[in-house]
Amino acid sequence: MARYITKRLLLIIPILFGITLLNFGIMHLAPGGPAEAQMDFSAKASAEARQRLRKLYGADQPFHKQYITWLKKFLTLDFGEAFADGRKVKDKILESLPITLKINILALTLIFLIAIPIGVLSATHQYSLIDRFVTVFVFVGFATPSFWLALLLIYVFGVQLGMLPISGIQSLDVSAFTPWQRFMDQAEHFILPVFVSAFGGLAGISRYMRNNMLEVLRQDYIRTARAKGLPEVMVFYKHALRNALMPVITIIGFAIPGLIGGSVILETVFGIPGMGRLFFEAALQRDYNVVMGILAPGAVLTMLGNLLADIGYAFADPRVRLGQE
Amino acid sequence: MKKISVPGSTVQQFLKNRLAVAGGVLVVGMLVVAVLGPLVYPPDPTAIDVKNILNGPSLSHPLGTDELGRDVLARMIGGAWISLLVGFVAVGIATVIGVVMGSIAGYFGRIVDTVIMRAVDIMLAVPTIFLILAIVTILKPSIWIIMAVIGFTTWMEPTRLVRAEFMALKEREFVVAERALGASDMRIIFRHILPNGISPIYVSATLGIGAAILVESGLSFLGLGIQPPTPSWGSLLASGRENIEIAWWLSVFPGLAILVTVLGYNLLGEGIRDALDPRIRGMNG
Repeated sequence: MARYITKRLLLIIPILFGITLLNFGIMHLAPGGPAEAQMDFSAKASAEARQRLRKLYGADQPFHKQYITWLKKFLTLDFGEAFADGRKVKDKILESLPITLKINILALTLIFLIAIPIGVLSATHQYSLIDRFVTVFVFVGFATPSFWLALLLIYVFGVQLGMLPISGIQSLDVSAFTPWQRFMDQAEHFILPVFVSAFGGLAGISRYMRNNMLEVLRQDYIRTARAKGLPEVMVFYKHALRNALMPVITIIGFAIPGLIGGSVILETVFGIPGMGRLFFEAALQRDYNVVMGILAPGAVLTMLGNLLADIGYAFADPRVRLGQE
Repeated sequence: MKKISVPGSTVQQFLKNRLAVAGGVLVVGMLVVAVLGPLVYPPDPTAIDVKNILNGPSLSHPLGTDELGRDVLARMIGGAWISLLVGFVAVGIATVIGVVMGSIAGYFGRIVDTVIMRAVDIMLAVPTIFLILAIVTILKPSIWIIMAVIGFTTWMEPTRLVRAEFMALKEREFVVAERALGASDMRIIFRHILPNGISPIYVSATLGIGAAILVESGLSFLGLGIQPPTPSWGSLLASGRENIEIAWWLSVFPGLAILVTVLGYNLLGEGIRDALDPRIRGMNG
C-alpha cells in the first residue's frame, strides 16, 4: 500500500511541473508578456509601477530565465500582489478558499446522499416507472445550465416567494445575531448555492450508480447468491451494493474539477465571495497575478482529490494495489 | 444477451430507441431554427427600440424585448446559429487534435505515449473553465477565440478514446498482416486502424457539441464569451439576471433553448453509443 501511494505521489511531480509551465505559457500569450498587457489595461499605472512589474516578471530576460525566476517564487507560495488592490494574492486566496470548499463539500455530501439511493433504486427496478423517471431526470439534469437553474430558483424563492436570500453568504446585521441565528442565517444563504452546485453531479452519479449496479447484478456471484436461496433483499443490499459502490469512490476524484470549475459561475450568480468569484473578477480585470495564483493551487487540489480517490479505491479493492506492484 | 450483427442493424437499433430518436429530432429541429429561423421570423435581432424596453411577451414581440428593446425571439434565433457554430467548430478542433494525438500515442506507444498522456493528465488537472477564463483574459474574447479555446481545452477525451482503440487494434491480425506486407506506419494508421476505431469518436463528438454549447453559454453569461451586439443565449441570460425582478421572460426562454439543444445532442450521442455497442443492445430496446 505504501509503495502504491509513493508511486502515485511521485507521478504528481511531473504533472505539477507541467502545470506551472502551462500557466507561464498562457501568461506569455499576451503580446509583450504580462507586464505590457497589464499596462494597457490600467492606464493609471505610473512609470514606477511599470518598472516594478518589469522587475517582478524579469521582462527583460529570456523566456527560460523568466520561467525559473517565476517558478522559484511560485514554489515558495509567493504569487505576488493583486493589481487591483495591491494585497497579497496568497492572502486573498486563503480567505476565499474556505467558502468555496465549504459549499463544495456540502454539495458532494448531498450528491452522495441522494444519488446513490436513486441509482440503486432505478437499477433494482429496471424499466419501472421510477427508472424511467430517473432516466429522464438524468438527461435533463445533464443538459441544464447551472446558472440558469440558479436564476430560476432565485426568481421563484427569492423574488416571488421571498423565502430565501438571493445573494451573499450572510445578512448585513449578522453581528447582532445569537450563534444559533447566525447558523440559521448562513444555512439560508447556502441552500440555493449548494443545491445548484449538487444538481449537475446528482444526474451524473445516479446514472453511474445505476449502471454499476446493473453490471454487478449480471455477475456470476449474484447468480450464486440467488441459487443458494438468499432473499432478494440480501442479494441486492449485501452482495451487489457493496461491489457497485466501489467504483463510485473514484468518481469523487473526477467530480472535483467540475465542482471547482462550476464555482466560478455559481459564486458569481449568488454573489458569494469564494475562490471562483475571485478568479472571475481577476479575469475580468486581467489581474494576472491572481489568475495564475489560483490556477496552480486549483490544479493541486484537483490532483489531491484524484489521489485520495485512487487511494480509497486501492484500499477497497485489493486488485488495484496488487496490480500496481 | 449478445445479438449477431447484421447489416443495417446499427441504424435499426438506433431507430428503435425512442429517446435517441427524440434527441435526433431536437438536434435537427434546432438546426432548422438556426438556418431558416431568420427567414420565417424576420425582425432584426440587433435593432434597438428605446420605446419598448423590457416589454413582456406580446403579439408583436412573442417572447418580449430586452433592456434595449431588442426582440428576444429574434435574438434567440440568432443565438441558435451562434451556439451551433461554436459547438461544431470547437468540437471539430478538439476531435482533430484528439484523433491525431490518440493515434500517435496508441500506435507508437513508449515515450511518445508517455509524453502525450502526461500532457493529457496536466490538462485534466486544471478545471477547464479556469483555463478558458485565463486564456480569454489574455486574448480578447471573440467568437473565433472562444471556438479555438474550447477546442484546445477539450481534446483530452477524444485522445484517450482513440488511443484505447489503437492499443486494442494494433496487435490484431489484419494490422500485423499489413505490416508484414510492408505498409508504412501512416498507411496502417489512416487506412486500417482508424476506420475500425473511429466509432467512439462519433459518440464523444456528439456529446462534445452539447458540452461546448454549455461552456459557450456560461462564458457569454459571464460576459467573457460572445460579445454584444452579436446575440447569444448566454448573454441574454446575463441581462435576465440583471432584470430578474422585472423581466422573467429574459431568464426563462434562453435557458430553455440551451436545455433543449444540449439535451438533444446528449440523447443523440447516447443513442449512437447504444446502437454501436452490441453488448448493451437490448437493454434500451
